[in-house]
Amino acid sequence: MSGFLSSSIARKVAMALSALFLIFFLIMHLSVNLTSLFSETLFNHLSHFMGTNPMVQFLLQPILIFGVVFHFVMGFVLELKNKKATAVKYAKDNGAANSTWTSRNMVYSGLVILAFIVLHFIDFWIPELNVKYVHGDMSGLLEGTQDFRYFEELQHKFVNPLRVLAYVVSFVLLGLHLSHGFQSAFQSMGFNNKYTKTVKAAGKIYSIIVPAGFILVAVFHFLNH
Amino acid sequence: MNLTLKIWRQKNADDKGQLVDYKVTDISEHMSFLEMMDVLNEQLINKGEEPVAFDHDCREGICGMCSMYINGEAHGPDRGITTCQLHMRSFKDGDTIHIEPFRATAFPVIKDLVVDRTSFDRIQQSGGYISVNTSGNTQDANATPISKIDADKAMDAATCIGCGACVATCKNSSAMLFVGAKVSQYALLPQGQVEATERVLSMVQQMDDEGFGNCTNTGACEVECPKGISLENIARMNREFLKASL
Repeated sequence: MSGFLSSSIARKVAMALSALFLIFFLIMHLSVNLTSLFSETLFNHLSHFMGTNPMVQFLLQPILIFGVVFHFVMGFVLELKNKKATAVKYAKDNGAANSTWTSRNMVYSGLVILAFIVLHFIDFWIPELNVKYVHGDMSGLLEGTQDFRYFEELQHKFVNPLRVLAYVVSFVLLGLHLSHGFQSAFQSMGFNNKYTKTVKAAGKIYSIIVPAGFILVAVFHFLNH
Repeated sequence: MNLTLKIWRQKNADDKGQLVDYKVTDISEHMSFLEMMDVLNEQLINKGEEPVAFDHDCREGICGMCSMYINGEAHGPDRGITTCQLHMRSFKDGDTIHIEPFRATAFPVIKDLVVDRTSFDRIQQSGGYISVNTSGNTQDANATPISKIDADKAMDAATCIGCGACVATCKNSSAMLFVGAKVSQYALLPQGQVEATERVLSMVQQMDDEGFGNCTNTGACEVECPKGISLENIARMNREFLKASL
């Protein structure tokens, strides 16, 4: 397997597979987030289920973390190899004449998304681990009450306008990353035929709708806390 | 027209190299770009200076020898042509034109604008052929039925002239459009099936060994290719590679 993964094409395919997995995950994540816009109860119940279900916690979550880490590590491995392949740069290079800005700058949009994930982990994931697995409180309840804590915590996170701004900027970069990455994943896996126009159109729609949904959630709670 | 040329001069592979300014005057808009370079070289020879070394051969867009990165694009600003087919009417009087060699670690500069593209030859030698008995009992190619669609696609792939513009223009110096075309032209035909597995595996291995980068699907190669080789060929190579590997 390691021999197979040393090939340039196998690495491209592995990048594409991890990307498609993450694309699917984003839909799941957004679906749960959007419920917070209209039903505090539903959001709390879904969050509690995701946060305590053993299948989600101990099977899907590790797979997700592996997918995220693999996508970033392989992305940087490929970037380093590409840097080596292009050791001498042109004095004048007109990349805009033949390709999109987003396709040429995937590593930079990826770095912003990586920084965002670190912030997001500090905001939500690490405190969750702390409450559940360090303090052993699996109840999901606000201290001293019989109410779930998830909606309250979500609203609390979006009080700070700087955090909301960081989230919005990150999601714009995520949209740009996806606008190239979505159709690129299909091409890498050898999918280029009469349906490619549809895939490209779906990629454009996805790359606008999904980040816009996440932005809506952040801005909504900032305005309504 | 009068032009200022900023041309990459490099004595040999070990030299650091630099851009040098030259002025050319009374250039006709009907000249090809290479004829303009000929005029410059005559000027330099008459002054006792070293002429600019550049690759050229057929001068009709079929051999793939002429290279040059002109104003930031492989083969210059026009589409679907090689540098010998680029005409000076694509520029304006008073323009400054940057002329650099194709850049890639796998295409080292030999001198000035001449680069070593033998890495492409080695990729081709590693599998870009079919083994046919030519000792007098060769089967007539027309005796093998091939669908028109496949024949056309194979022909489209086979129009690749191996110029290297795809590598030169790729931000990763990837050779996947070239290798994709060479794999596709056989993969689409019945004659190519017998050695299909070994072909794609060894050509991709050779491509990686030569130090070309990885494709990130920017599509720049397809735009700059003088023969309009499509990205479909890279996808087909990827499919062939997966089929051969798994």
